[in-house]
Amino acid sequence: MQTLIAFWNILRKDIENYYLKPPNISWGIIFPLSWTLMQLIRSQGDIGIEELLSGLMAMSVLFGTTSMLAVTITFERRSRSFDRLLIAPISISTLVIAKILGAILFGILNAFVPVIFAAFFINLSGINWGITLAAVILIAITSALLGLLIAVSAKEVFEAQTFSNFFRFPMLFLCGLFIPIDKLPVILKPISFCLPLTYGTDILNGAITGNSIFNAIFNISVMLVFTTLLFYLCLRNIKTKWIL
Amino acid sequence: MGIVDVANLKKSYGEIVAVDDISFSIEKGEIFGFLGPNGAGKTSTINMMIGLSRPTSGQIIIDGIDAIKNIKKVQRIIGIVPDENNLYDEMNGFDNLCFCASLYGISIKEREKRAMELLEQFNLTKAGKRPFKTYSKGMKRKLTIAAGIIHNPKILFLDEPTTGIDIESARQIRELILDLKKQGKTIFITTHYIEEAERICDRIAFIVNGKIVKIGTVTELMESVEREHKIRLQLDRSIKDIKEELENNIKNCRVEIPEENSCLVISKERIALSPILQLLDSKGISVYEAKEIKPSLEDVFVKVTGIEASKLKKEKEKVGK
Repeated sequence: MQTLIAFWNILRKDIENYYLKPPNISWGIIFPLSWTLMQLIRSQGDIGIEELLSGLMAMSVLFGTTSMLAVTITFERRSRSFDRLLIAPISISTLVIAKILGAILFGILNAFVPVIFAAFFINLSGINWGITLAAVILIAITSALLGLLIAVSAKEVFEAQTFSNFFRFPMLFLCGLFIPIDKLPVILKPISFCLPLTYGTDILNGAITGNSIFNAIFNISVMLVFTTLLFYLCLRNIKTKWIL
Repeated sequence: MGIVDVANLKKSYGEIVAVDDISFSIEKGEIFGFLGPNGAGKTSTINMMIGLSRPTSGQIIIDGIDAIKNIKKVQRIIGIVPDENNLYDEMNGFDNLCFCASLYGISIKEREKRAMELLEQFNLTKAGKRPFKTYSKGMKRKLTIAAGIIHNPKILFLDEPTTGIDIESARQIRELILDLKKQGKTIFITTHYIEEAERICDRIAFIVNGKIVKIGTVTELMESVEREHKIRLQLDRSIKDIKEELENNIKNCRVEIPEENSCLVISKERIALSPILQLLDSKGISVYEAKEIKPSLEDVFVKVTGIEASKLKKEKEKVGK
């Protein structure tokens, strides 16, 4: 019960103090929306909204989860308020989950912003919503853990921002969000398959358009492996880099 | 065995040894002070005791619990006030306290009650609704201390509690620390203010370059160094011309002239005044005042550590700025 109280209050503080603040909304929502418009205008009607939807959803989750997490954790580390959490009688695993959960929830909400817009233009009844939700959750978890991994490595807020963009922007092109993996140069394909977002987007593609590289069970399994790996990597890095 | 027992504690960062094989024990209900200049190893020691840093070697036992193996158990019974005011800028004082209490699993009703009580005790009731970032340095310090005790810990760790704040706030904080001692709390405090340590600590350890060079009560520390008796004489003129004669005539004494119209008579034995006064009178020199100069903890610190007190004062000023 005591752990639960601490967990809930860390989550609530982060949501109130960070995730519901204007900078987060601008990065998490406005950026994916602008991207949508850019894609639609550029394609001049060649690309259907349905084909764009999985990429837009994946991008919204990616930016929604990572827009604040790395920056706020680095900021809390700089101001040493994060030390309060490290010296609280809760396990590091509980702390990690509480810190990333706010980002995950915000990412999941962001994912459905393009869906709401798409609902005005196309019929979405053919989409497998169960698989879509699972994909969105897994993308949110892996993206949040990547954000945390960056936060552990960064000492300054600007470093966190730079590192975030360093992995976010290439992922837009490498993970099949807007450019299909089979159309990527051969040299880039192995990189694509090393990134968790590739598998998440593939699940979304399968659930929304029916076109995917792998089947959903394989993709989900790979995502779960990435989640476990990233979680333990984050725990290890926190223990070695923050508790010196 | 004390409530805190530290044995052969060492912390190295590569080749740099921050804490070098220190051992000490803190009794239940006492205020134990760590006194030393910046970089002496005070914060490194505290960080190891509270779980923010891992010792290279050694043992820390807090209330019978091995703090290296079971730090989360220890964290439940300790309160920590770091050297920086690390509460959340955007949150108000009341919410900051409630949040800190929630980290210890305290129920909403109880934490709101405790927060109100502490705001009142620390004279921050009005400020409780204001964001932390709008507080003065003294108010921030007080709220940070309140956050450290909101879960009613047995042992409180205070890292430089009065550094960088105004005299009045520092005085209030010292009173609060003494109040906490009266409530039965054990307090570990680090400071580089000699007077502060002298005023509030039951026992003090001098720490320099990661090593404890002396440990004891203020009286024990005073007695530990060879004591010199000093008498300051206020005169009507300078005695530079008869200094040597004075030293030759008074047994085992030496004379120093710190100012034009005064002198210091220093001896390892008690100083008899009448021969000095007679000699000065015979030379036509009037003595207006004779005052015994007692050694201070500062003198002891300088003697034991070899660090001039002025160095500590300069650090104090730097931090204050």
